[in-house]
Amino acid sequence: MVVTVLPRAPRKTGDAVTALPLPGRVVLRAGPVSAAVPLRAIVVGVLALALALSLAVISVGRGEFPIPPGAVWDVLNGEGTRAQQHILLQLRMPRVVCALLVGAALAMSGALTQTFARNPLASPDVLGVTGGAAVGAVAAIVLGGITGGILGVPFAALLGATVSAALIYVLAYKRGIDGYRLVLVGLGVGEVLSAIVSYLLVRADLVDAKQATIWLTGSVSGRDWSNVRPLAAALLVLAPLAVAAAVALRVLQFGDDTARALGLRLQTAQLAVVAIAVALAAAAVSAGGPVEFVAFVVPQIALRLCGGSRPPVIVSGLLGALLVVGADLAARIVVAPRELPAGLLTAMIGAPYLLWLLLRGTRRTIA
Amino acid sequence: MSTTSRLQARDLRLAYGDVTVTEHLDVDVVDGAITAIIGPNGCGKSTLLRALGRLLRPAAGQVLLDGRQIDRAPTREVAKIVGVLPQSPVAPEGLTVADLVMRGRHPHQSWFSQWSRADEGIVAEALRWTDMIDLADRPVDALSGGQRQRAWISMALAQGTDLLLLDEPTTYLDLAHQIDVLDLAARLHRELRRTVVMVLHDLSLAARYADILVAMKDGRIVVSGPPQEVLTPQLLADVFGLRALVVPDPATGTPLVVPLPR
Repeated sequence: MVVTVLPRAPRKTGDAVTALPLPGRVVLRAGPVSAAVPLRAIVVGVLALALALSLAVISVGRGEFPIPPGAVWDVLNGEGTRAQQHILLQLRMPRVVCALLVGAALAMSGALTQTFARNPLASPDVLGVTGGAAVGAVAAIVLGGITGGILGVPFAALLGATVSAALIYVLAYKRGIDGYRLVLVGLGVGEVLSAIVSYLLVRADLVDAKQATIWLTGSVSGRDWSNVRPLAAALLVLAPLAVAAAVALRVLQFGDDTARALGLRLQTAQLAVVAIAVALAAAAVSAGGPVEFVAFVVPQIALRLCGGSRPPVIVSGLLGALLVVGADLAARIVVAPRELPAGLLTAMIGAPYLLWLLLRGTRRTIA
Repeated sequence: MSTTSRLQARDLRLAYGDVTVTEHLDVDVVDGAITAIIGPNGCGKSTLLRALGRLLRPAAGQVLLDGRQIDRAPTREVAKIVGVLPQSPVAPEGLTVADLVMRGRHPHQSWFSQWSRADEGIVAEALRWTDMIDLADRPVDALSGGQRQRAWISMALAQGTDLLLLDEPTTYLDLAHQIDVLDLAARLHRELRRTVVMVLHDLSLAARYADILVAMKDGRIVVSGPPQEVLTPQLLADVFGLRALVVPDPATGTPLVVPLPR
């Protein structure tokens, strides 16, 4: 099929073409692969990654047995003392890696859902992921007892998240998916789910209730590799899918009619985007609990730092990793030697920062 | 003028839910011509356009593109042949004109090929052709209504489709900008040999710019043909309930509608 119908435009690739200067964008081309990436997104992304990794190194070094950054580097290269190796690789690394991955997964999930629903309120919390996960996890803790429940909590959370998200999608479906309807149905179901959580907490004994409350705030404390591995595997599959879904979202954000006119298979694309977002959030929540505010606030921060018309998926992920690893570090510093759940700090760091960006920004609406 | 037709409707029944809007519609969109669909509010003209652009699935009957049922063809392939601009499309905040026009390349791109040299050349030409190249970096929401409509047409142009369906492209525009947009549509037809179908409200402008008028009322096509044959005082009375004189447009000689008091 002849694609080009413009008179002076190239008939096939390889002909001399008119260049279009795109200020602020870096054009990447290698063989059949090509993209035009905003320079700001690259700068913000690289900075976020560098900061996140620096904080991670500082974080694994902190504790009763301090390890300086240089020694951390040695241990990663297979050197260092056996004590350092054990403390770092077995005790502290899983927690920090978990924080990085939970933050990245939640923020990418939020970037997808906010763009999909054209509504910044449409974070995974609203899409029923968090509420369902909370019911699953709290039920496992309260009904199963702490010892019996611990192994089962991540799985119970995953199950609860998936079931409730599917339920909300089905309830919201009416000749297609409408963003507002999805948000409203999500809020309604979310209220029911949080009532169930309250009921479970009320009838729980004190120890279980405290354990459940910590889980509900979101914490990466005490995570080992068995918590990190499933999340890492999920991200390995879901992160590339999320980036691919962003291509569909660029068209989807114009509304249903224009998206279909541009050749998007609307219902397939919508279902795929929601499924990827729910899977990302469910994987994160099952490993770290519903770390508050990350999925909602980070994509909005990323949008304001990078500009453009929608939260960037990759940069959101990197900033999410930065926020949670930073919050987890701060949570261990502020009341040292005791510690707080990271979820307390993500809201306390993230929300004021977003407010500051909102106050100095010109953007009228969000998402 | 050629009388072939790549886009056809056969015995079409269109409905929103249980509410039937039109029935037994047959349309042949004449290739290489400008067709304007006219009719009073609620007569089903936008609904027909949406069905021709496969945005609305027929309740019965078929829309055929190159003889093939349009909703059975892969939507991406259809998007390389037929472009549709919905009524008052909305661009997300923060989107620049260049971003918008780049999206026109969507049906030609794959997930790994997002900005090929061909894409770049075609988008640059589309921007230049619609006189939007100097505004390429401006946010779409900062443009005037007329510029915004030109930006969307530029996107449709970058899509590179032989057929272009425009749903009320002049709505909410002042007269000068209406003329701007219609001149652009006329150039698409004249210089690029595009087939254009538009839903229009202004009858005299429709008569001036279209080769063929399709007049609809209550979900039926009352008459279609060249403007001189369609726009008669009798038709205006029948279709619009309007008492009017029809005189030759002093500028173009096409029919000019002069409404009379009731």
